[in-house]
Amino acid sequence: MNTGDTAWVLTATALVLLMTLPGLSFFYGGLVRRKNVLSVLMQCLIILCAISLQWILFGYSLAFGPDFHGIIGKLDWAGLRGVGSLPNADYAATIPHSLFMIFQAMFAVITPALIIGAYAERVRFSAFLIFTLLWSTLVYDPLAHWVWGTGGWLKALGALDFAGGIVVHVSSGVSALVLAVLLGKRIGYNHKPIRPHNLPFTVLGAALLWFGWFGFNAGSALAADGNAVNAFITTNTATAAAGLTWALIEWWHNGTPTILGAATGAVAGLVAVTPACGFVNPMNAIFIGMIVAMICYLAIAVIKAKLGYDDALDAFGVHGVGGMWGTIATGLFAEKAVNAAGSNGLFFGGAQLLLVQLLIVAVTVIFAALMTLIIFKAVDALIGMRVEEKNEIVGLDLTQQSEAAYTVIE
Amino acid sequence: MKLIVAIIQPHKLDAVKNALEAVEVNLMTVTEVLGQGRQKGVTEIYRGAKEAGGLLKKIRLDIAVNENFVEPTIAAITTSAHTGCVGDGKIFILELAECIRISTGERGGTAIG
Repeated sequence: MNTGDTAWVLTATALVLLMTLPGLSFFYGGLVRRKNVLSVLMQCLIILCAISLQWILFGYSLAFGPDFHGIIGKLDWAGLRGVGSLPNADYAATIPHSLFMIFQAMFAVITPALIIGAYAERVRFSAFLIFTLLWSTLVYDPLAHWVWGTGGWLKALGALDFAGGIVVHVSSGVSALVLAVLLGKRIGYNHKPIRPHNLPFTVLGAALLWFGWFGFNAGSALAADGNAVNAFITTNTATAAAGLTWALIEWWHNGTPTILGAATGAVAGLVAVTPACGFVNPMNAIFIGMIVAMICYLAIAVIKAKLGYDDALDAFGVHGVGGMWGTIATGLFAEKAVNAAGSNGLFFGGAQLLLVQLLIVAVTVIFAALMTLIIFKAVDALIGMRVEEKNEIVGLDLTQQSEAAYTVIE
Repeated sequence: MKLIVAIIQPHKLDAVKNALEAVEVNLMTVTEVLGQGRQKGVTEIYRGAKEAGGLLKKIRLDIAVNENFVEPTIAAITTSAHTGCVGDGKIFILELAECIRISTGERGGTAIG
């Protein structure tokens, strides 16, 4: 047990909480219309509450508990049975097992919250809550087990995902796309973004995401060591490169750089570097950031507009696409000289890793899409995923929560 | 000259604006207002305290037009803002005594368009 490691991971855990609330919730909250801002904040807050409980009751055990044929964790650790202050050497030998558990809880919380970006402004609150609990249990927990759990079948193949590019971003991003298509467009959506109601909120949220992401990525070293510091530096570097690149692309393509573009680019950079941060050097993090800005810009500003699906806040365009690139980039840029526990990517003589990374992307896309489809159909048949037309027009704040964010006249 | 005041549903603003531009009515002033008509407001709840039927958000358009534009403007608004439900809004037509364009000092019909 190491007190320095314990202190850092405790701190990192609180930083990851900050990513969901207020980070992501203000990032998304600023992007919706005034009549729906509270619904986004509420969804984030309730996910934080509900998944925190799901996680300690059974979610943690499903994801990280004793392995059952590489597919799922057994329920031996349900209710935190046997998860105490003694370290679990399989996951983190120098910090309490219970600290690893609560650090991972914050990842389980933010992942379904990312999906909000797809169904924003038109989902029924009760349906959202049931969907989220089912999705966490049937998609996140198994996938976390496959990639991170001891005995998980993708981990056994040698797949690398330092902080959650696959488990968090590709899974939520792909599910977001499926939901956006199944739910249909918001009333009034016409192939171009609906104007954000408060961009300062969005920038505030992006900045808090960037800040909290140091806990997400550098905390995933699970120790206060050189590996954590490298992850911290690569995270900052890729994010900076992506934010700047996005602004430059807009400048060239549209004539002006925008703050929404720079903030979106920064978040895309954070997403892309997530799986790679502990395995690549800072110079290659620049490439990861620059390229993710180009790919995500193409996905959001060009391809989405052509295809016409309404991924309201670009959960797929940023997290799905950015996460896929980051996972593939890990297979290109990873090097054992940076992290001996990793592998060499294609540019360092290891073609095998790239193939494994491509495989986990494919597996995650298929699994997340299929499960989201099934869960959506079930919840939709049971209570209806989408609000009634008149409630969507009045807004979710008033119709789902009986409150309004802003007064026009006191 | 007439001043046309229209109260419409907020989500119909884009449609109304497009319909007005299609009949060459390009100048308007838009404000966000609160109001109540036959449509009931939504009950709001703050820490358990209920506030029944608050005022609803609407959009108000102020459009000054010459006589020959009055009917086309009314037609454009009524068709584009129509859903058939209570709460679609109202149109008021007022006599307009004078209109002055500040930048040039023009007055009357030529100042409107």
